[in-house]
Amino acid sequence: MYVIIGNSAAAVGAVEAIRRVDDRGPITLIAAEPYHTYSRPLISYYLAGKVTEEQMAYRPRDFYIQNGVKTLLGRKAEAVDTRARRVVLADGEGVAYQKLLIATGGRPFVPPVQGLDKAGVFTFTTMDDVKAMAKEATPGARAVVIGAGLIGLKAAEALIRKGLQVTVVELANRVLSAILDQEGAAIVQAHLEKQGICFLLNNTVTQVTGEERIKGVLLQDGQELACDLLVVAIGVVPNTAVATGTGIRVNRGILVDDTLCTSEADIYAAGDVSEGYDMVHGTWRVLPLLPNAYRQGEVAGLNMAGQVAKFAGGFAMNAIGLFGLPILTAGLAWPEGEGYRVLVRADEERQNYRKVVLKDDRVVGFILINQVDRAGILTSLIAAKTDVCGFEEGLLEPGFGYVHIPVELRHQRLLQGVGTGW
Amino acid sequence: MSLSMATPAFLIERNLDRCIHCQVCVRQCANEAHGYDHEEQRVYSDDMRCVNCHRCVVLCPTRALSVRQFPLEFRANANWTAEVIHNIYLQAATGGILLTGMGNDRPYPIYWDHMLINASQVTNPSIDPLREPMELKTFLGRKPEKIVIENGRLKEALPPQLELELPVMFSAMSFGSISLNAMKSLALAAEAEGTYYNTGEGGLHKDLYPLGHRTIVQVASGRFGVHPDYLAAGAAIEIKIGQGAKPGIGGHLPGEKVGREVSETRMIPEGTDALSPAPHHDIYSIEDLRQLIYSLKEATNYSKPVSVKIAAVHNVAAIASGIARAGADIIAIDGYRGGTGATPLRTRDHVGIPIEFALAAVDSRLRDEGIRNQVSLVVAGSIRHSADIVKAVALGADAVYIGSAALIALGCHMCQKCYTGKCNWGIATQDPNLTKRLNPEIGAKRAANLLKAWKHEIKEMLGGMGINALESLRGNRLMLRGIGLTDRELNILGIKAAGE
Amino acid sequence: MRVTAREEYCAGCRLCEVYCAVSHSPYPADPVKAFRKSPHPPISRVLVEEQRPVSFALQCRHCTEAICVKACITGAMYRDPVTGAVRNQEERCVGCWTCILVCPFGAIRRDEQGKKVAAKCDLCAGAVEPACVKHCPNGALVVEGKGGGLKCM
Repeated sequence: MYVIIGNSAAAVGAVEAIRRVDDRGPITLIAAEPYHTYSRPLISYYLAGKVTEEQMAYRPRDFYIQNGVKTLLGRKAEAVDTRARRVVLADGEGVAYQKLLIATGGRPFVPPVQGLDKAGVFTFTTMDDVKAMAKEATPGARAVVIGAGLIGLKAAEALIRKGLQVTVVELANRVLSAILDQEGAAIVQAHLEKQGICFLLNNTVTQVTGEERIKGVLLQDGQELACDLLVVAIGVVPNTAVATGTGIRVNRGILVDDTLCTSEADIYAAGDVSEGYDMVHGTWRVLPLLPNAYRQGEVAGLNMAGQVAKFAGGFAMNAIGLFGLPILTAGLAWPEGEGYRVLVRADEERQNYRKVVLKDDRVVGFILINQVDRAGILTSLIAAKTDVCGFEEGLLEPGFGYVHIPVELRHQRLLQGVGTGW
Repeated sequence: MSLSMATPAFLIERNLDRCIHCQVCVRQCANEAHGYDHEEQRVYSDDMRCVNCHRCVVLCPTRALSVRQFPLEFRANANWTAEVIHNIYLQAATGGILLTGMGNDRPYPIYWDHMLINASQVTNPSIDPLREPMELKTFLGRKPEKIVIENGRLKEALPPQLELELPVMFSAMSFGSISLNAMKSLALAAEAEGTYYNTGEGGLHKDLYPLGHRTIVQVASGRFGVHPDYLAAGAAIEIKIGQGAKPGIGGHLPGEKVGREVSETRMIPEGTDALSPAPHHDIYSIEDLRQLIYSLKEATNYSKPVSVKIAAVHNVAAIASGIARAGADIIAIDGYRGGTGATPLRTRDHVGIPIEFALAAVDSRLRDEGIRNQVSLVVAGSIRHSADIVKAVALGADAVYIGSAALIALGCHMCQKCYTGKCNWGIATQDPNLTKRLNPEIGAKRAANLLKAWKHEIKEMLGGMGINALESLRGNRLMLRGIGLTDRELNILGIKAAGE
Repeated sequence: MRVTAREEYCAGCRLCEVYCAVSHSPYPADPVKAFRKSPHPPISRVLVEEQRPVSFALQCRHCTEAICVKACITGAMYRDPVTGAVRNQEERCVGCWTCILVCPFGAIRRDEQGKKVAAKCDLCAGAVEPACVKHCPNGALVVEGKGGGLKCM
């Protein structure tokens, strides 16, 4: 009896992994949202009208049927009774498990700001969020987005495409501060400003004005902005509620070992709700990334089904495109401390930016803007901790590829595989 | 700077209705006759640089390219032809010797094409090679005056012989003049078809030692790459005195072609010119030659036949007689159409004699002197197809060497620019960008296929004559008739005229 | 199954790219039309890397545990259970380039000519021999293995 709480990448990864090992053990999947599994990153595409709801399906409609998964959709898991080995649903029903996966993901972080309960204030992580917002995002309306991170900027892009006026308020001194350095952020910001987004940096919303409905926002610096729509996109935090009151150890996220098992036997956690091993930082931390969630779900699923599998670790990596400008980053892109070497090639006029960070002759991070082709080779160098002595000049070439890599290593990788242990 | 009189030799025709500007032609032309205009986003051609090697034509995915003679004409003049005039312009500009590659391309008579092969009708039966066994096996080496058999066995061992499955070997072409991949192609084809290839004077690359038993190792005037292991590795040793494309002159491999591998193989410093002297400076007489022949036999314990290769020149019969008497086991004669990687144009085109005459004269002379059995005769210098081989054997050859034909099988398009080192087919070059264009597996297959095809054709012609072993055709000049030849020519060739 | 380059025989002509583009165009049998009927040349899914004298073609390794499949945010990238080929359902792809960020071989290309999609080798699904292999003039591309591909990570 496998039970999975959650219905996104980690959950799907677990289902696919369990079914590779065990093709008949019953799987029950519990999700608070009533939808078939959908791709959360696609909500901004949905808002911009680039995909339909139908096209947001993360797996085909019959995926769970084909995989013999019983789904309890729209049924919120309230708690886990570890002694009785059952999940308690909001409606009181209990679902017994032998192996449990908590893959409840993240929830938007909402700051303690007055007035966020007014109509016209949205978060931007779920299908319901975007459906609600789509109704009110009418051309000409004025929108304020709090947070110039990945979610905030994708929301801002979609709103601009829908014909709204958009102002982004960001507490940090730059856009995408979690993944970009100053120089990279400047290129992206200039690009977005050209598309009509206004930025207010080093600033934040302190109060939402209006009665029932939002009328505007007060900013930290005293400015007041009138608006019809406010998007709160400061970030997500692990949605660990279901672990509360159990013996499952939780830090920021649920703590897991390298088999994705929590402190409680037979209970696993994967994806944005957990703290996975970051191989670049060398610490366990929340890595809220879809690829990471899938891989963790997969490893959890294998272990749940009795196969020993280990999660070798992940690291931050993001692919984002904003108005046609692609930005790919991974690892540590603006290191602090000793021992790092930073290689940079920038051409702001052409919006090209390429930065590679090295430590001990290993790539530990990079930022690529505009010329992003073949970024995965750099990513794999991080993952494989490859000594790049002897070909580091090539790393900055826009056409960096296997031809720059010494012949033995090239042949080894191309003929035998990359061997990152991922 | 003064006005250059140079005009293009060839015209590149690009069918713009078919060109997709994919730049395959640009990437494949080492002469940079094609370029890409990034501003216009289109390919263009520079006729001046084209050598008409057809690389671009053959690789063009849309068949958009063709090359022809540049149409520019001088006032008609049968004496002062365009070529003569252009060469004067070139020499007036450079003050240098005119260089060229491959063999004599002048319109001299091709005597092979003036000889016709016999066939059986009524009075003796022809043989169908698909139904009956047909023997092409050929042994090269000294044959004893007589043999004594005791208890069903030869009393004395035969002198060392090369055993060929067909009477065709690959000519001497050195590593340096051709690429290692070209050498490997020929070596592998020789292995597959049961014949031999020849190192030329470039030594034996370490990769080819495993095929030493298919290798004739050459000792030439520069003595490049000659050492005990080299002699021991080969199946036979060939002393090169001369070659048909440049009789009487030495060789010169420019330093830029002497990279690490060539340098190691030739045992000379990297980047130095490899100069082969015109004569062997230890051979000024037949007696000196005899010393070298026997030195090599001593060095290899009399286990390998020793060949001596000469260019076909005026006194070839007397020279060959001397070589036989000096102890050679094989005489290789290279006619005036023989190819090369680089030679002075005037030497190539005006020195030497046709192989057909040289062969007939040598075979007759050795027979007359009663020493024909002491040597095998191998002829070279533009053997183009199987009928040339049949005619050569009937004239008295034991086997032939093919060089140009083998290279054409590998992809050579006879542009005659071997000496530039920019062979777009990866054959006559050491440029690593170009040599990798010749995959030796494919090359070997193609060269082997050529031998296979010729083997079938030779058998067909033998069968037609009612002969079931090549040995029965050797020196059987009755199987040939001349056409369009003077009495004198018929006499030298030792054949009757058609109808006689 | 995957296509492997023998770089020692790659002539750098890029005919593999030409024929790959042609065979993935609306005119798979007609290079002239494939290139001329569209305002942009069609996208090749094989990439020739070159730094003279080294050159070689590189295309998807069709990894058994393909990280691009795991990382795909839409579920467009999948491994064909029958052929083992890793393929992208272009109608589901939104061109987010996550696959480009994770492919350790750099074997996925951006096709931005129409709707943005990730373009990759599909082993010329259904063909006896992939176009790149068939048209390589020097035997520098060979099809290897009927079973699994590489483990990419």
